[in-house]
Amino acid sequence: MIDAIVPFIGLAAAVSFVLGLRWMSAVPTARRGVLVGVAGMALAVIGALLRPEIIDYRFIAAALVFGTVIGVPMAMMPMTAVPQRTALSHSFGALAAALVGTAEFYLHAGSIEGGTMLALGLEVLLGSLTFTASLMAFGKLQELLPQRPITFRFQNYLNISLIVTAVMCVLLLAIQPQWTFLFPIIVILALSFGVLFIIPIGGADMPTVISLLNSYAGLAAAAMGFVLGNTLLIVAGALDGSSGFILSMVMSKAMNRSFTNILFGAFGQVQTKAASTESRPYRSASPADAADILKTAGKVVIVPGYGMAVAQAQHVVHELHDLLMKEDIDVKFAIHPVAGRMPGHMNVLLAEANIPYDRLIEMDEINGELPMTDVALVIGANDVTNPAARKDPNSPIFGMPIIDVDKAQTVMVVKRSMAPGFSGIDNDLYYMDNTLMIFGDAKSVVQQIVKAIGGK
Amino acid sequence: MNEQAVGGLYVFILATMVGLEIIRRVSPLLHTPLMSLTNAISAIAIVGSIGFAGSGEDPVVTILGSVAVFCSMVNITGGYLITYRMLSMFKRSKRSGE
Repeated sequence: MIDAIVPFIGLAAAVSFVLGLRWMSAVPTARRGVLVGVAGMALAVIGALLRPEIIDYRFIAAALVFGTVIGVPMAMMPMTAVPQRTALSHSFGALAAALVGTAEFYLHAGSIEGGTMLALGLEVLLGSLTFTASLMAFGKLQELLPQRPITFRFQNYLNISLIVTAVMCVLLLAIQPQWTFLFPIIVILALSFGVLFIIPIGGADMPTVISLLNSYAGLAAAAMGFVLGNTLLIVAGALDGSSGFILSMVMSKAMNRSFTNILFGAFGQVQTKAASTESRPYRSASPADAADILKTAGKVVIVPGYGMAVAQAQHVVHELHDLLMKEDIDVKFAIHPVAGRMPGHMNVLLAEANIPYDRLIEMDEINGELPMTDVALVIGANDVTNPAARKDPNSPIFGMPIIDVDKAQTVMVVKRSMAPGFSGIDNDLYYMDNTLMIFGDAKSVVQQIVKAIGGK
Repeated sequence: MNEQAVGGLYVFILATMVGLEIIRRVSPLLHTPLMSLTNAISAIAIVGSIGFAGSGEDPVVTILGSVAVFCSMVNITGGYLITYRMLSMFKRSKRSGE
């Protein structure tokens, strides 16, 4: 009986996943998408539990309880920690795929048919490398590991030869399934590749890397579906894989890097062009001056960067937004695709601070409005506002899409000092005639501006 | 190549095409919850892991399967919950909501 129903439960779950993703296209329907996904997942799990070949429930029950105990607190983290959490969950998903592949191999080693062996090899390869790579990404995001890229000579050659050898072993094992000794070699090569793959990557490249790992984790799950002959798994893995792929493309485009550049791990290389040492003149202003200028503006665009989140300034920025809106000043936020540590991160950081989402405007859309903007207020963002990306073909970031704050009437930049950011590139924006620098910690500067406006 | 693998390939390629089309339409506003949602979805691997954890055949397989069930369960509960939590934070402004 149950055997006749299970395939249809799987189909229902697959449909619920597709519908759920479709409803993610807009905020009002998105939560419904989560709920329908949960329902589909619950059905699928119940279906799996009811299968007659399950005879021992003790370990399953323990794993389900323990998984919930760890999973729920992991969902309660503040939004600044979401990238780390995501990296960690990619590693969990990848580990599950690698372990199931190992279990399958352990049970049937030597007698696995070529095609299945190929899928199993890919499952374990992708699972293992995504596992260690995601753990490394987690370590970097959580600042357990140094954030700066670590590079050494022949690094790319070493990485490429590791992965090529591992893939060759998978192919060999598919052709000669009795060569079981190749299996542990694949696992070890993949685990080491995962570590070496992340070592040369710096903090700024994390959004791309997380997306890429998301894609790999999905492909590992799909490969597992091929091994077990489970269609639902293939569908879910394909959806996850394509989502990660699209996000990687969006991120690489936003950073002006080609996709092959990313696939070969050539990113994270520090641009060595030194910033010119000549000191150029710039103008600075006090928070009180900034408040005066803001009060007389009709249209303000705030450009938040990760520096704002580091200074924990989101909530005062929200206060500033409310205060200006009350004065009938139009306030919008310009969101660069790579603002934050993962795709879309800046949006959730601002949403967490109660800033309404209809005020968060994507780069392409806001760029059309900037020439009509009275004040652009840059808080904690640097490279994504550098007009050199548009004008200076010699700049290392030339061609990168930026937020055109330089086109606004007045630009105000909240920054600690004139020191260049961690990309090491000087920002031409700071030396423009219509730019005012406001020095200090983002949180305290915005607090002072809020006080000055409120106190009138 | 056996029939099952070919069938799997059909499903994989078509599901990828559907996935690419749908996900292209997801608002960039929601890219972070999108990632946690797809992460939870791919934890459907729990269905395969349960078969290994509960087969009672071999202790090694039981342990590997149970750890896989644990990992997937972390992603299911954590992934759906944080996605829902994040989406609940997105609110319209009062003014434009009028």
